[in-house]
Amino acid sequence: MAVKELICITCPRGCHLTVDENLVVKGNFCPRGAVYGKQEVTNPTRIVTSTVRISGAELPLCPVKTAQPIPKGKMGDIMASINKVSLNAPIRIGDVVIANVAGTGVDVVATRNMDKVF
Amino acid sequence: MINKDLVIIGGGSAGMAAAVGAYDHGVKDILIIERSPFLGGILNQCIHNGFGLTEFKEELTGPEFAYRFIEQVKTRRIPYVLESTVTSINRDKLVIYTSAKEGVVEVQAKAIIMATGCYERSAGAIGIPGDRPAGILTAGQAQLFLNEYGYLCGKRIFILGSGDIGLIMARRLTLEGAKVLGVAEIMPWSNGLNRNMVQCLFDFGIPLYLSHTVSKVVGKERVERIEISQVDAHMKAIPGTEQSFNVDSLILSIGLIPNNDLLNSISCTMSRTRGAIVNEHFETDIDGIFSCGNVLHVHDLVDNVVAEAREAGKGVALYLEGKLPREDRIIACLAGDGVGYVVPQKIALDESDDSLLFKFRVKAPSKNVFIEYAFNGEVIKRVFKPVIIPSEMEIESFPKNLLKSNQGTLTVSLKAKEA
Amino acid sequence: MEDVIIIGAGAVGSFIARSLSRYALSVLVIEKENDVGDVTTMANSAISHSGYDPIPGTKKAIFNVAGNKMMPEVCKDLDIPYGKVGTLTVAIEEEQVVMLQELLERAETNGAKARLVSAEELKRMEPNINPEAKGALLCPDGGIVNPFLLPVRAMENAIDNGVKLHLNEEVTGICKDNNHYLVATNKAKYEAKVVVNAAGLHSDDIAKMIEPISWSIIPRKGEYYVLDHYAPGLVNHVLFPLPSAKGKGVLVTMTTSGNYLVGPSSEIMNDKDSVSTDVLTLESVKAQAMVLVPKIPFNQQIRVYAGVRATPSTHDFIIEPSKKYADFINVAGIESPGLVSSPAIGEYVADKLVGAVLPLKAKKNYKKQVKPYINPLLMPIVERNELIKAHPEYGEMVCQCEKVSLGQIKDVLSRSVPCLSIKALKKRTRAGFGKCQGGFCQPQAVRLLADYYHVTPLEVLYDKLGSALVKEEVKREAK
Repeated sequence: MAVKELICITCPRGCHLTVDENLVVKGNFCPRGAVYGKQEVTNPTRIVTSTVRISGAELPLCPVKTAQPIPKGKMGDIMASINKVSLNAPIRIGDVVIANVAGTGVDVVATRNMDKVF
Repeated sequence: MINKDLVIIGGGSAGMAAAVGAYDHGVKDILIIERSPFLGGILNQCIHNGFGLTEFKEELTGPEFAYRFIEQVKTRRIPYVLESTVTSINRDKLVIYTSAKEGVVEVQAKAIIMATGCYERSAGAIGIPGDRPAGILTAGQAQLFLNEYGYLCGKRIFILGSGDIGLIMARRLTLEGAKVLGVAEIMPWSNGLNRNMVQCLFDFGIPLYLSHTVSKVVGKERVERIEISQVDAHMKAIPGTEQSFNVDSLILSIGLIPNNDLLNSISCTMSRTRGAIVNEHFETDIDGIFSCGNVLHVHDLVDNVVAEAREAGKGVALYLEGKLPREDRIIACLAGDGVGYVVPQKIALDESDDSLLFKFRVKAPSKNVFIEYAFNGEVIKRVFKPVIIPSEMEIESFPKNLLKSNQGTLTVSLKAKEA
Repeated sequence: MEDVIIIGAGAVGSFIARSLSRYALSVLVIEKENDVGDVTTMANSAISHSGYDPIPGTKKAIFNVAGNKMMPEVCKDLDIPYGKVGTLTVAIEEEQVVMLQELLERAETNGAKARLVSAEELKRMEPNINPEAKGALLCPDGGIVNPFLLPVRAMENAIDNGVKLHLNEEVTGICKDNNHYLVATNKAKYEAKVVVNAAGLHSDDIAKMIEPISWSIIPRKGEYYVLDHYAPGLVNHVLFPLPSAKGKGVLVTMTTSGNYLVGPSSEIMNDKDSVSTDVLTLESVKAQAMVLVPKIPFNQQIRVYAGVRATPSTHDFIIEPSKKYADFINVAGIESPGLVSSPAIGEYVADKLVGAVLPLKAKKNYKKQVKPYINPLLMPIVERNELIKAHPEYGEMVCQCEKVSLGQIKDVLSRSVPCLSIKALKKRTRAGFGKCQGGFCQPQAVRLLADYYHVTPLEVLYDKLGSALVKEEVKREAK
């Protein structure tokens, strides 16, 4: 594994980091950068936010998110699962929309209250 | 005609937080007027996360953040009307709004808070050369089509402007099945947060073209092709540097402009950045009319919007109690070298607080610099900044006792660190 | 068999249709775009010129003055915003002052009221004028008019009185068979006793379908800036520089909606149909405008656009029967002062040219007015409340920037002249014409049109066929 170059996102400095194959991080101004650099190279994770179809609410779509960060490589599978979901109103913030999405152990939850209107 | 102590125009994050701030400081007779069917403002279409890190110590999506404030408004039983549009105000604080349900309603307010947010700069405002086909949208417009209605504005997209809303939409559109071919940014640096650069562009391999602009749009009925060009020091396209992209949609993230039609209609004094000139209590130069949130100046974090709006609500409480100075005892605050703008632009020097918050942005990314406060020519405060960038609003506390007189000019400037 | 087929529904075609609709005739208008007034008519300076500029004795002079005189009543009958604000043609250099005298004489010969204004009086009338201005020609009867509504309302009135309109239909061939015409389009074939060619930029192509012609239409582009609703008083009249061979020059004017318009340029093009803008031309327009008014607030710019004039190679309007046939009437080369001339041209073509070949029997039930359009914001509050109580949709604002209610949008959709696209809706209601250029209201407008026409948002067009606003619906599997 060659040396990876990243921009640290933990604060506005945006240090340009390098991480070598021994996970030694260089270029970080503070310890948080070292943590981020290692994580980003070994197991980069992201929160995925999107919308799912909903019927019976005032709007046709309900916003959702993964309740925790998921492995970056799984974003495609997660989106595919999200796109298949069809909810019925009412929905409250935090309702589980997909449990253990794409085998990640993480749930997809609703992020908006959607009242039933019809 | 109804009477209200406080009318708040806009029920987004600023309007709701201002209502809560005013209420918690003793103003109970409030009406929030919101034009859409929901409270929450633009947060409702911002389904991505990153909101609330300071305010709630959690990372929330826009709708979740909005919900927290909707609950605060509802718990306090602060009255609000929805699908209601203010059509006029006057300097005596008569507010006229209209809705299908109520018709035309006249509200005589003792104080008004303007919390109407921003609109997006359009293609026409910058005169993008070429054709004007369908398929050119602002990022917020594309976001609304996608997140509220469920439609992609295009399948092959180019984005002009590297501000956060453009970066967010780059990711959003890609996740929904479009191909984003690139982002062009006219400045030599990106306008967005690093985290968005990484999570919205680098994650998806979307190239960023700094010091570039869209120099031509081609398309009969819909966009067919765009050209980008490198720009010179005067932001003008350099002939011969054109690159062509076959796209069916051009998305613009080229700036937010305060939505100040109402204040402009009553000749409120505006700053160069098109927000009102206010004092540290967010009162404009019109007695009892306040302004806060994006309509005052464009924020990057909603956490700062709500903090500011609560202060404006408190300002109204002071005003209604007669505690804000009415005489012309003002210190003018100006943006000096290297600083784009400063809020507040006036200091009223009353006894309500010991310190005030200055908010400003620098014009260019800088390292190892000082922010220098000079009062009537004399430097009274310096703050060292190892790194400072235009896309992050600076907020600095300033003790009022540093101001030894109540007349004059305070200038906030960027100064290089001497060797 | 139609009595008359009119080719083209710009300002000219629409007013010809309206004038013909006074008579018991079957009239069909064939328009190739997706709306009336969709080309040159919607992209000009929107001026009701008084008539000081055209060369005396020309058709331009005659129809300009006649049209301007008709304009107040036409706008009253058709409920079209119009303002007789007056025009000022300004001399900046000393040597231009003598031209003002020539223009005064030309105005008088043409029958347009005019007088000279000194530098001092000019500065009192126009505080923002270039301080170097030496004087001006004032034409008090010139004014501004809403260019989008002229064809739309004229056509609505025509259709209310029985005229038929086909949009999205292009004439592909015309021939004469015995004593009538066969007009073929991309959709059908028609027969007509009389053909009126009001096809704008392509009127030479249409005219050639039945005979060789000695004239041609030269496309001449003009680019403009539109500024937001600035505080009133930047200019109080329509301001012109002195005219030149290229035309009337770059003007600075307010519009009937309270915006400001700066332009146009004047360049001969190769392509009749391109309305693109370019940086160099617009910068030249800006520079010329600032000669008249140095402090134009260009930071209030919300739009740029271009229009193409149908300049006739003969330099004057062509309003006459073809050489071969008295019942094939060409109405071509209607460049400036075309907009203001259109009601007068309509009347002349109907009464004198069509009337020369067909008997004109006045309709008893001819209605010369359209049903008035309600603008709640112009009503006193008590009346507005009664309106909203009866029709709640007039209380629901759709376009915040231009303050357009749902009721006004639904009214427009219900009228006899079709409103098929977002652009058509913009032209009729101003929804989307404001500072945010549809940023907030366009998605809602798309849904309104989708619901009204029982189509999906994917089929709602911005303008012509092929200009759908949205490309794809997401998450279809879950529906």
